[in-house]
Amino acid sequence: MPGRHAAGPSSELTRLSAAELAEALRAGRVTSVEVTQAHLDRIAAVDGAVHAFLHVSAQDALATARDVDARRAAGEELHPLAGVPVAVKDVVVTKGMPTTAGSRILEGWVPPYDATLVERLRAARMPILGKTNMDEFAMGSSTEHSAYGTTHNPWDLERIPGGSGGGSAAAVAAFEAPLAIGTDTGGSIRQPGAVTGTVGVKPTYGGVSRYGLVALASSLDQAGPVTRTVLDSALLHEVIGGHDPRDSTSLTDALPDLVGAARRGATGDLTGVRVGIVDELNGEGYSDGVRARFDESVALLREAGAEVVHVSCPHFGYALAAYYLILPSEASSNLAKFDGMRFGLRVEPEDGPVTAERVMAATRGAGFGDEVKRRIILGTYALSAGYYDAYYGSAQKVRTLIQQDFAAAFEQADVLVSPTAPTTAFRLGEKLDDPLAMYLNDIATIPANLAGVPGMSVPNGLSDDGLPVGFQILAPARADDRLYRVGAALEALLESGWGHPLLAEAPELPTTVTVPTTEESIR
Amino acid sequence: MSTQVTRLVDYDDAVRRFDPVIGIEVHVELGTRTKMFDAAPTEFGAEPNTQVTPVSLGLPGTLPVLNRTAVEHAIRIGLALNCEIAETCRFARKNYFYPDVPKNFQTSQYDEPIAHDGWVDVELEDGTTVRVEIERAHMEEDAGKNTHVGGATGRIHGAEYSLVDYNRAGIPLVEIVTRPITGAGERAPEVARAYVQTLRDLFRALGVSEARMERGNVRADVNVSLRPSPEAPLGTRTETKNVNSFRSVERAVRYEISRQAAVLDAGDRVVQETRHWHEDTGITTSGRVKSDAEDYRYFPEPDLLPVAPSRAWVEEIRATLPELPAVRRRRLQAEWGFADAEMRDVVNAGAVELIEATVAAGAAPAAARKWWMGELARTAKTDGVELAAMPVTPAQVAELQGLVDAGRINDKLARQVLAGVLAGEGSPEQVLVARGLEVVSDDGALLTAIDEALAAQPDVVAKVKAGNLGPVGAIIGAVMKATRGQADAGRVRELVVERIEQS
Repeated sequence: MPGRHAAGPSSELTRLSAAELAEALRAGRVTSVEVTQAHLDRIAAVDGAVHAFLHVSAQDALATARDVDARRAAGEELHPLAGVPVAVKDVVVTKGMPTTAGSRILEGWVPPYDATLVERLRAARMPILGKTNMDEFAMGSSTEHSAYGTTHNPWDLERIPGGSGGGSAAAVAAFEAPLAIGTDTGGSIRQPGAVTGTVGVKPTYGGVSRYGLVALASSLDQAGPVTRTVLDSALLHEVIGGHDPRDSTSLTDALPDLVGAARRGATGDLTGVRVGIVDELNGEGYSDGVRARFDESVALLREAGAEVVHVSCPHFGYALAAYYLILPSEASSNLAKFDGMRFGLRVEPEDGPVTAERVMAATRGAGFGDEVKRRIILGTYALSAGYYDAYYGSAQKVRTLIQQDFAAAFEQADVLVSPTAPTTAFRLGEKLDDPLAMYLNDIATIPANLAGVPGMSVPNGLSDDGLPVGFQILAPARADDRLYRVGAALEALLESGWGHPLLAEAPELPTTVTVPTTEESIR
Repeated sequence: MSTQVTRLVDYDDAVRRFDPVIGIEVHVELGTRTKMFDAAPTEFGAEPNTQVTPVSLGLPGTLPVLNRTAVEHAIRIGLALNCEIAETCRFARKNYFYPDVPKNFQTSQYDEPIAHDGWVDVELEDGTTVRVEIERAHMEEDAGKNTHVGGATGRIHGAEYSLVDYNRAGIPLVEIVTRPITGAGERAPEVARAYVQTLRDLFRALGVSEARMERGNVRADVNVSLRPSPEAPLGTRTETKNVNSFRSVERAVRYEISRQAAVLDAGDRVVQETRHWHEDTGITTSGRVKSDAEDYRYFPEPDLLPVAPSRAWVEEIRATLPELPAVRRRRLQAEWGFADAEMRDVVNAGAVELIEATVAAGAAPAAARKWWMGELARTAKTDGVELAAMPVTPAQVAELQGLVDAGRINDKLARQVLAGVLAGEGSPEQVLVARGLEVVSDDGALLTAIDEALAAQPDVVAKVKAGNLGPVGAIIGAVMKATRGQADAGRVRELVVERIEQS
C-alpha cells in the first residue's frame, strides 16, 4: 500500500515491482537514474535499522543507470530489465566490488573477475545496488553468523530475517531493492523468503551457473532470484539462467519459458495440474499457524482446479542427517583455499617462527567464525580414512534414495507442496547457541537440494503471531516453469483474498538520515 | 637430514643376496596449449605468475572445466601402453595444505583412472626385452613451484622466505604407475632406466609432450624393496621422489639396493618412507615417513562431471596412433638391413632419427650409418655434445656422401670436407670448392706427375717391366704425394701401369 511508508515520489518508485518498473522505464515515465536513486535513498533511510547491505555500490549503480538512460534516449533496443536495480548476495563474486561471503577471512578482498550471473546482470544493464548480508559462507538460517553484524527482519526488527540469505530477503522486503540474488544450498533462498514474506526460487541444480559463487557445498549450491512477486522472479531467473561453459555442472538445455508460465499461472486457473502434498513435510515440528495457512492455500489450489493428492517420501526423514554430512564434507575442502597465502585476510602467528603452516593456521583461526569451524571440523572428520564409507558414503546413498522418493512422487504429481519453514521468524539470539535447533529450520527445504530439483517459496499469509509464513512448491528437475505457474496462481488467489500484496501489511520502518553503509564502509 | 653415515653394501654383493623389486611412477606434463582445468597458457619459462587465471590461482568462486585435449592425450598414452580405457571415470580431490597448491587440494584421479591394466616392452642395451606391467595411468594437475630464498641449500629448512610461482599450477599431468617389476635381479637399475627412457620416447612419438627431462616434463618416483629370494613376499619399499634423468633413475635404484641391503644385513627394518634424491652426491636421504597421519581425505570432485569417453572416440584415437618407437625401430632395421648389434648401437647412440633423415635425403643406409656412428660420433664424444646437437644436418651428410659416390672426393677428403662443415664453413659443396679439395681427375696433370715419378725411380720401372707389379705402389705413393692426395688412386695406378708398358 503506497503511502504507508515515508511519503514522496521516490518512495513510490520503491513500492513498484520489477515488472512495473520495467514497464515504466520502457514507456519513458521514469528514468533508471530516478529508480536507482530512489532505492539508494531508501537504503540510506532504512538500512541502519535493517542492515541488509554489507556494501552499497552507489556510484557503480548510478553509472549503469545513466548509461541505460542515455541508450534508451538514443533509441537503443534494451533488455526488458535494463535499468531495474538489483542487490546481490555477498557470496557472489563481483569485479571491483568487495566480496566477503560474510566472513572476516575475506575482509578487504576485491575480486578481479565477475561471476557469470553478475556478467549477465551487467549485460542486461541492471544497476547493482550493492552486496547483501549473509551468514558466514552461507552457513546458517538466521544471518546471525555474519561476521559483519546481523540483519533484522523488516516485519519485526527483533527477529531474524532467515538465512543464510537474510540480507537479500530483507532488502527486498524493506523495499531497498526490487530484486535480489540469493543462493540456496539447503534453503538459504526459500527460508528467508518465507519468514520475510517474499518470493524466493532455488532453480534446478545446474540451471544457473555457479561460476563465481564462493562455494559452500558444490553439489548443493544454486543461485536464484529473491523478489516480491512470482513474475519478478521469473524475469530475473531468465536473466541469470542458462548454460555456462565455465561451470561443468551447468545444464546444457535451454531454460523453459518461465515468464510465460508465470503469466499463465496469474490467471488463477490450475485445471489439470496435480499437486502432491508431501506427508513427511507437514506434521510434527510445524507450528499451528504455519499448518493452518498451508491447508488454506491447498484448498485454494483445489478450488482453482488442481487435483490434490498425498504423496509419501519415506526417506526424507534422513535428509537432514545426510545433508549435514555432505555439506560439511564438501565445505571443508572448498574452504581450504582460505589460508592467507593469496588473497583476503593474512594473520601471522603472535610468536614463534613465521612458517607457511603457522600463518595458515593463524589466519584460519582468526578469520573463520565458530559455525564455520564447526562444519569444517565435521567435514574433515567425515572424509577421514576409515570413516568415509560410514559417513560421506552413506550420506550419498541416502541422497540416491531421496532422489528415488522424488521420482516416485513426481509420478503421482506435477508439483509437490509443503510449508517452506516449520515456524515463523524466531527472535534474534534465540537459537544461536543451539545449532541443532537452527539446523531444523531447513528440514523442508533440504530434500530439494539433495535431489537437485527446483523449489520456490511463495508468501502464504501471516501466522497467528502476525509474521509471514511461506508455501513451498517443488518441481522435477528442469521443470522450473511448473513452479512459476503454480506459484503465480497461488499468489494471485491469495492476493485477491487479501486485497493487496502481503508486504503491504508490514510495519513502517524507522528511518534515519545517516548513511549506514557507504561506498567505502568495508573496503 | 640424518647426520649419521649411511652404511652401504657393495652392489654386487647386495644383489647376490637379495632380490630387488622395483616400481616406478612416471609423471609426464602434457603439451597442451592450456591448463588441465582452465584457459591459462602453459608456456615454459614465462615470468612468474603470468600464466595464470582466477581459476589457476584458485580464487573464490572459480570452477574447473576439463581440457578435452588433455583427456585425448591421456587416452593416447593409455592405448600406447596397451591399457584398458575406462568407460567412465572420475576426478577426486586430494586434500592437503601446501602453498604451491592453490586450492589446498589437488584435483586428481584416485580410484577411477582413465587407463588401467596395460604393459610395455622395454629393450635393454644388449637387446634383451623386459615386459613391464602397467597398473594404471591417471590424470591430475601439477602444483606450483616454490623457491626458498635465503637458506644455504635452496631447501625450505633455513630459508628466510619462500616464493611461489603458480605458472605450473594446473598444468595437466598423466601419472603412469607400474605393477611391481620382479625378476630383474642385478639388472633392476638398468631396467628402471630403460623403462623411463622407453616412456620418454613414447611420449614424443605420440606427440603428447615434448618430454624434456631437463625441464621436468618427465619426472620419476622410484620404489625399491628387497626380499631374501624371489619366492619371499615383497619387502618394505621406499619411494625416492623426483628423479629426473635416466642416469639418475639407474643410480637411485642402485643406491637404494645397496642401502637397504645394509639395513637388512644389520638386522634392522627398512622404513616405509619417501626419500629425496641428491643429484650431486648420488645418494638418497630420508624424507617424510608414510603413516596414517597422511590422510588426503579423497572424495569425488563435485565440480566436475564423470569422464565418459565414448568407444567411438577411443577407437578414433587408436586409429590415429603413430607408429610406436619399438615397432618403428624393427621396421627401420629391416629396411636398412642392419645387423642386430649395429641397430642397437644406432639406438643407443640416439642416431635413429638422424640416419632416417640422412637416408631420406638420398644416402644409402650403410653410408649414413658409417658417418653418424663413425666420424660424427667420435667428434661428438670428443666435444662432449649430443650427436643430434652436432652442427651438421642429415641433408648435409647425405650431400657429402653424394660427393663421394660421384667420385669427386675420396673418403679421406670427405672427412676434411666434413670438418669444414662442422667448422661452419658452409655446405659440403661450398667447403669443397673453398678448400680446393676436389679430386684431381685431369689426366694431363696426373701424367706430368707420373712421368716425374717414373723418371725419379728408374729401378722400379725396370722391375715392373720385368713382370713384378709389387713395387708399383712406390710410384703411386709418390704421385699422390705430389698431388697432395687429391688424385684418384685407382686412376693413378691405371695410368702408371699403362705408362710403364708403353715405355
